[in-house]
Amino acid sequence: MPPTFANLGDEAVLDIQGLRQLLEVLGNEGYRVLGPTLRHGSLVYDHLPSIDALPRGWGDEQQGGFFRLRPLQEPRFFGYGVGQQSWKQFLYPPRRRLWQARLQPDGLQILPVDEDAPKFAFIGVRACDLQAIAVQDRVFLEGPFIDPHYRARREQAFILAVNCGHACGTGFCASMGAGPKAASGFDLALTEILEGDRHYFVAAVGTERGRQVVSQIPHRKAEAAEQEAAARTTAQAAREMGRTLDTGDIKALLYRNYENPQWDRVAARCLTCGNCTLVCPTCFCHTVEDSSGLTGEQAERRRRWDVCFTVDYSYLHGGSVRATPRSRYRQWLTHKLATWIDQFGVSGCVGCGRCITWCPVAIDITEEVRAIRESEESGVRGQGLVTKQKTENDKRE
Amino acid sequence: MLNALADPMLPAPFRVLKVNRETGDTFTLTLAPAAGEPGFRFAPGQFNMLYVFGVGEIPISISGDPDQPETLVHTVRAVGAVSRAICGLKRGETLGVRGPFGVPWPVTKAPGWDVLVIAGGLGLAPVRPAVYHLLARRPQFGNLELIYGARTPEDLVFRQELMHWRGRFDFRVHVTVDTAKGDWRGNVGVVPNLISRARFDSEHTMALICGPGVMMRFTVQELLNRGVKMENIYVSLERNMKCGLGLCGHCQLGPVFVCKDGPVFSYDRVRDWFLLREV
Amino acid sequence: METLEPILAAHPFLQGLDSRHLKIIAECAAKVNFNAGEFLLREQEEAARFYLINSGQVSVEIFRARGGPITIATLVEGEALGWLWFEKPYHWHFDARAVHLTRVLALDVKALMQRCEQDHELGYALMKRYAHLLAVQFRVTILQLVDFYGK
Repeated sequence: MPPTFANLGDEAVLDIQGLRQLLEVLGNEGYRVLGPTLRHGSLVYDHLPSIDALPRGWGDEQQGGFFRLRPLQEPRFFGYGVGQQSWKQFLYPPRRRLWQARLQPDGLQILPVDEDAPKFAFIGVRACDLQAIAVQDRVFLEGPFIDPHYRARREQAFILAVNCGHACGTGFCASMGAGPKAASGFDLALTEILEGDRHYFVAAVGTERGRQVVSQIPHRKAEAAEQEAAARTTAQAAREMGRTLDTGDIKALLYRNYENPQWDRVAARCLTCGNCTLVCPTCFCHTVEDSSGLTGEQAERRRRWDVCFTVDYSYLHGGSVRATPRSRYRQWLTHKLATWIDQFGVSGCVGCGRCITWCPVAIDITEEVRAIRESEESGVRGQGLVTKQKTENDKRE
Repeated sequence: MLNALADPMLPAPFRVLKVNRETGDTFTLTLAPAAGEPGFRFAPGQFNMLYVFGVGEIPISISGDPDQPETLVHTVRAVGAVSRAICGLKRGETLGVRGPFGVPWPVTKAPGWDVLVIAGGLGLAPVRPAVYHLLARRPQFGNLELIYGARTPEDLVFRQELMHWRGRFDFRVHVTVDTAKGDWRGNVGVVPNLISRARFDSEHTMALICGPGVMMRFTVQELLNRGVKMENIYVSLERNMKCGLGLCGHCQLGPVFVCKDGPVFSYDRVRDWFLLREV
Repeated sequence: METLEPILAAHPFLQGLDSRHLKIIAECAAKVNFNAGEFLLREQEEAARFYLINSGQVSVEIFRARGGPITIATLVEGEALGWLWFEKPYHWHFDARAVHLTRVLALDVKALMQRCEQDHELGYALMKRYAHLLAVQFRVTILQLVDFYGK
């Protein structure tokens, strides 16, 4: 057993061999080790048998409606940003059977799904996604009711974060206070550094669980120069970031602008495909589907991710509450950036930029907010019904 | 292994004890747990998720008496696949029940107040538990009135009970319909217009309203005109719901989840969202 | 002889009217009772009287050749019936029947209109009340048309 230097809050240095062993240790401890891999030219989170499965030497190029992998000049393990997937697919699976039912002669019988929650180790969680996990924790674990399946997966998950060394093309995590540096919510957080011939990782220790894992692999305490190199790396990513979203007073801004004509303009472009909700790492809406077997003796209920852009989503007998694309886009954006704050005390957006990259018509959430803000500043604000009513009532009172 | 009891998505089987036909398409079902502890405790205004084997699950308000928890009573109108299946259940058959969910009517705050209960259509079902509660404690309240409207006399639910309530000397019951043929001796007119006939001290009046959105909007306006305070007007809202737990997202109305923050809201809390369109 | 002014003054429709005007209106008013089933007014008949209901219940109806009468509104104490008498052709568009014994103040429309012409202040005071009645009736009618209990 190598000597351990790392304590909680410390930074240790690992080399490539150390990273290799780190994954082995996690595997030996019974974790299903998951991380970024390449499949069919795209970035997919999947089982990582070893660090050799990581897309080493690959980077990404992202713009509105555009994602390409491209080879890097450097043999980086983590030289790309985030792809269309996020970790929510593991903690909150896209489809899950909730229970089965049997119709017995004496009536209905409900059979719970007995599931041993898988024990995941997530490798390469970016700061935006760490924040996204924290946001979903509030949704699934802090209300009057919780999702016990989410909790079982979440409690066991080991999180190895990786700080971003360059900004992904569409992200604006700095605006959302989420990144590019992982601040909390990880067991270990690595910063990958290439300096001349040296290729190493500075590992911040976030939890006791993280410390125990590090203690099993060769490492040493990071020196000041190495810590500075790590800090320079994330600072570089912050500098590169091309997008910003002004969150000042954003809840009130959007509450005032339910009737802004900008919603019509964006609705004219929006295909209501729901890609943005599926790639969003915080979107949590789901629906349930009931089915029965051919013999009529068995039935089951499944849960699957739902999309607030469908007409069905808000259906009540007689019709849909949000019948127009305008109202559905407005619901999505306003929920993400405004009502979410009232609901969960935090923004629903972490600035990962996925909704921009994966939108087939390149709608940009930061541009939409900017357009609404500017329309207000230029005095052509649409009728914010909320404000209007308040004014009328104030007069009355 | 998860503790099955901890999973709020698991329905419990209930057996149908009785089915009453209220109108052409509306039925009242009396239920009891198929196994285990008898009875079902709830507060007036709460709802359950009702599951019919293989068909699906929908939110339905509890329409029974909260002081008689031996049985669970639901009144359902057959308008969709699941509600039609519920209405088609026979005595002895079973269905799944999850609940009770939601914030109840503020009846515990009502002592010392005049209470106006205003319902339209099947909206009488979610307020009926509140009426039971209030009548069982009648001396605690001031003036107590019910205004109930439906499209035609044939659409009135709980007719026997309405007549019974009318027979009391301490409860004024106004029933109205939008249109009626010759043999209807009751009132014809819309619910909001009947508020002018109700007696109450607007300073100390609490209104409980449940009905179609348009009816509630106009009713709230009449109450405001009569000087009832916004924070004393309570509305029960309806939205698409899949979980009842505040997790599926479907029932959002601006910042609130109707399932866990409602369905009963004081009007001042939801006014802005209530009046917005397609929100 | 008993004066009708206090009864008129107590009716919500005339609330707030000054005594001079009440006196003029009283000259056009008479107390009338209708037994159950009696018509207060009938479609196509001349709109000769305007009613302020003091007690009872009146159903306003449209008669259908097949299917008989259909009730479109019910009026009770404190309400006014016959609000189309300012409008040509000065006849009723509906039927109105007493559901049970109904006591009303009947106002003679011709006399009342004459006095309104002579005294525009009275005319305006009545018109304001009239406009309110119409506005309420308009809203109610729209709501009935909406059929908000619909499936």
